Amino acid sequence: MSAVLPPAAALGDTFQKSEGVWHAAWRRYRADRVGMVSLAIVLAFLLLIAASALGWVAGDWQREVGVPNAPPTFVGPRAAEATGAIDKPTGPNVDLSAVDPLAPRYKEWDERAAKFKTVEIHRAETLPLGADRLGRDVLSKAIKGTEVSVFVGVLAALTATLLGTLLGALGGFFGRWVGDILEWLYNVFESIPGILLIFAFAAVFGRGIGTVVLILGLTGWTGMYRQVRAEFMKHAGREYVRAAEAIGASTGSRMFRHILPNVSHVILVRTSLLAVGFIKAEVILSYLGLGVPVDQVSWGTMLAEAQSELILGHWWQLAAATLFMALFVTAFSLMADALRDALDPKLRGLE
Amino acid sequence: MTPPETPSAVPPQGGTGSGPAEPDPRHSLDGPLPLLSLRDLRVAFRMGKVDGVVQRVQAVGRGDLGVSFDIAANRTMALVGESGSGKSVTAMSILNLLPDNAERRGSILYQGREMLQATPAELRSLRGREIACVFQDPMSSLNPVLSIGAQLCEPLMTHLKLGARAAWQRAEALLNEVGMPEAKRRLGAYPHELSGGQQQRVMIAMALACEPKLLIADEPTTALDVTIQRQILELLGSLKTRHGMSLLFISHDLGVVGEIADEVVVMREGTVRERGAVAQIFAAPRDAYTKALLACRPSLQHNPARLMVIDDHIAGQTERTSAAAKDPDAPVVLEVRSLAKSFWLRQGVFGRREFKAVLGVSFKLRRGHTLGVVGESGSGKTTMGLTLLRLHEPTAGEVLFDGRNLLTLSENERQAMRRRIQIVFQNPYASLNPRFTIGQTLVEPMTIHGIGANLGEREQRARELLVKVGLDGSAFGKYPHEFSGGQRQRVAIARCLTLNPEVLVLDEAVSALDVSVQAQVLNLLRDLQDELGLAYVFISHDLAVVRFISDEVLVMKDGVVVEQASAEAILASPTQAYTQRLLAAIPRGYRVAAG
Repeated sequence: MSAVLPPAAALGDTFQKSEGVWHAAWRRYRADRVGMVSLAIVLAFLLLIAASALGWVAGDWQREVGVPNAPPTFVGPRAAEATGAIDKPTGPNVDLSAVDPLAPRYKEWDERAAKFKTVEIHRAETLPLGADRLGRDVLSKAIKGTEVSVFVGVLAALTATLLGTLLGALGGFFGRWVGDILEWLYNVFESIPGILLIFAFAAVFGRGIGTVVLILGLTGWTGMYRQVRAEFMKHAGREYVRAAEAIGASTGSRMFRHILPNVSHVILVRTSLLAVGFIKAEVILSYLGLGVPVDQVSWGTMLAEAQSELILGHWWQLAAATLFMALFVTAFSLMADALRDALDPKLRGLE
Repeated sequence: MTPPETPSAVPPQGGTGSGPAEPDPRHSLDGPLPLLSLRDLRVAFRMGKVDGVVQRVQAVGRGDLGVSFDIAANRTMALVGESGSGKSVTAMSILNLLPDNAERRGSILYQGREMLQATPAELRSLRGREIACVFQDPMSSLNPVLSIGAQLCEPLMTHLKLGARAAWQRAEALLNEVGMPEAKRRLGAYPHELSGGQQQRVMIAMALACEPKLLIADEPTTALDVTIQRQILELLGSLKTRHGMSLLFISHDLGVVGEIADEVVVMREGTVRERGAVAQIFAAPRDAYTKALLACRPSLQHNPARLMVIDDHIAGQTERTSAAAKDPDAPVVLEVRSLAKSFWLRQGVFGRREFKAVLGVSFKLRRGHTLGVVGESGSGKTTMGLTLLRLHEPTAGEVLFDGRNLLTLSENERQAMRRRIQIVFQNPYASLNPRFTIGQTLVEPMTIHGIGANLGEREQRARELLVKVGLDGSAFGKYPHEFSGGQRQRVAIARCLTLNPEVLVLDEAVSALDVSVQAQVLNLLRDLQDELGLAYVFISHDLAVVRFISDEVLVMKDGVVVEQASAEAILASPTQAYTQRLLAAIPRGYRVAAG
């Protein structure tokens, strides 16, 4: 066979090493301005999370550094509360020593107290983003909350994606009894109201961050499964998959080397939606008392606290949690979109 | 190779001959009051901005030179050219059915009205009513969730303001007119219940609904079998005469055009290469490109060793006629004995019904020979091809490859056998993984079968094969969507060659390609066969193509082989009526139409 091929040397110089898939994808991604900005924001969040996990920032989020409900700096300190609702009485002071049984000991106590040094803790009147009802810095809380919420949201989304993709690929590609069994499983999960299922898992596993990830991952895979299954069914009959079978590609190779990249855009978009949804679900779970433990903070617990604060006009904790969440969620979605476009060789712009 | 001679005394075919018997060549540009007149039409597409400068790609016209032609009332004008020649864009710019980024310049006069300045409302009132369109793919042009009747009634009710009952009756009359069997019942049918030919008839009925004066048919028969193509062509011809309308017929195939057109405009790369009456185009083509287009279609009368391709012709090369004689006693590589394949269709709640897709097919294929398999859609020829590779599990029969039955091999033995029998699919757009570069596509089979010692060696071999199938080595790093259909089909062939196969199953491998590209791929296949001693199983609905490449031909109908003989014998004396019908359906260009 090789005898009929033209000699390699004759062909030599027209060959250049072609660009790798990932390299090309990165080149396309760089051209997307929105994608680059959102990537920068997501990276900044990740750095913040890393720093907070290592204890460099917001390690002392539990310290009560401000006066309770200290407003944000840009709003300025709260006006001193009007105290005297009643006019000062004008008569002589009442001498209580006659009736106070402890009166003879006050002097002794004062003398003993003077032997100890006391420091009046200075509590800030204002903090960058205000303080909560205990006087904890909202900015630190938001940073620490980011760590927990993003960790929960992204990890749960990855768990659900992995489960949903794997089961969807199996169900869609093989069909028949494999598909039937998976359909039954899917139907069982779908027929129980979502929140009830979450409660059930939460009751079994107990409270904790790991549990929240597990709960959301185990209950959230169904939508992904359904969509991936449909895509695999569609692609399994395509000619390029047939062609791969004809050259002897194994089943696994056809499923994950050939079909998976062609449905990756669907998975990517779903994953970003799932991450966003799970961050919100964690909020609900924490609000209901099934989420992160009380000694930790997440955007969800912040929002839960904010509810009672809002009545008193203390809006800053709500604002801070919302701002962090909106920024991250938007950047994450846009980044997933840009990534999908960059990975699709057909959607190239002008080159 | 020389274009067929036309006796000038013979008028064009009676069916389309309601106009003047012999169109006056001078008529083409200065005739009296044409229905539609294009002057210097140029169309460019804006393709985004680079450094603040708007990038344009000119699809029709080159520079200031635009496209000009007239369509007189009650005439058929054909626009002919390869993919990308701008013929469809030209036609679609008449009604401005172009994407938003198109810019039109020049002039389009319809009954004296300037269409380039028409408001959207004016255009809407013309669309469907005065000028109607029929597109290539009827399946994607029909709405799958609406019944045929509902879709037919819609234009009647919006344009002609008919009531529901009247519209329904008119729809039935229209379906009868386009020759739909059981028209009344079909009104309630959904598009997927109809065959491709019937769908195209529905599309034509919809276009006719408002009695348009001009019908634009954009490759209306390209997606159809030859036999159906013939029926649709005859239908269009008779409807044109009956309704006294004009027809703008777009095709890549001069053979088809010769049967229906009065006048022909040949386009290439956005410009008009030649314009004239059909008799002149076929009898005395002036442009080298027109001559080349006429020559590159395989024909029944004439069987060269190689088809002339456009570049050969323009370079003035002459035809090579002597084919290398084949060894009739070459060893048999593939023998098939009474192969059968059934599918089980669900019927009712629990019932199953057997559908026999292939039944009792037997043949022998010798090394270096080609077996042609011919039949209409649904005749089981593709199922047969897939069953040979066990891409479908056969129900019964034997496939002997070098004396071993492929159908009883273990998984390991099968993997080894896979190398030796490979397949090329019909649709080059679907058969390559869009996420793989050409290089990855070619290296993968070698990796699976352990051909070549390392990645470098495999890549080297892949590049050599790319050159061998006539592609540049630089194709290696590109993605399939960067290539044309013909180039993709070359890649698909190269992928098969990576495994050094002995038998190639070519499943309608050239059917989706333009005639000119088809000629190139057919030549490539023939060269590869001569060089590597490949045996082909060539599946096609086009007898002319099968005749060019095959030594022996199987004619299939409803899963059964109805005729089996050498290619020459089938052509010279077909014994079965079905074969004769297939032969009669092949477009013959202008000569037979005139005779």
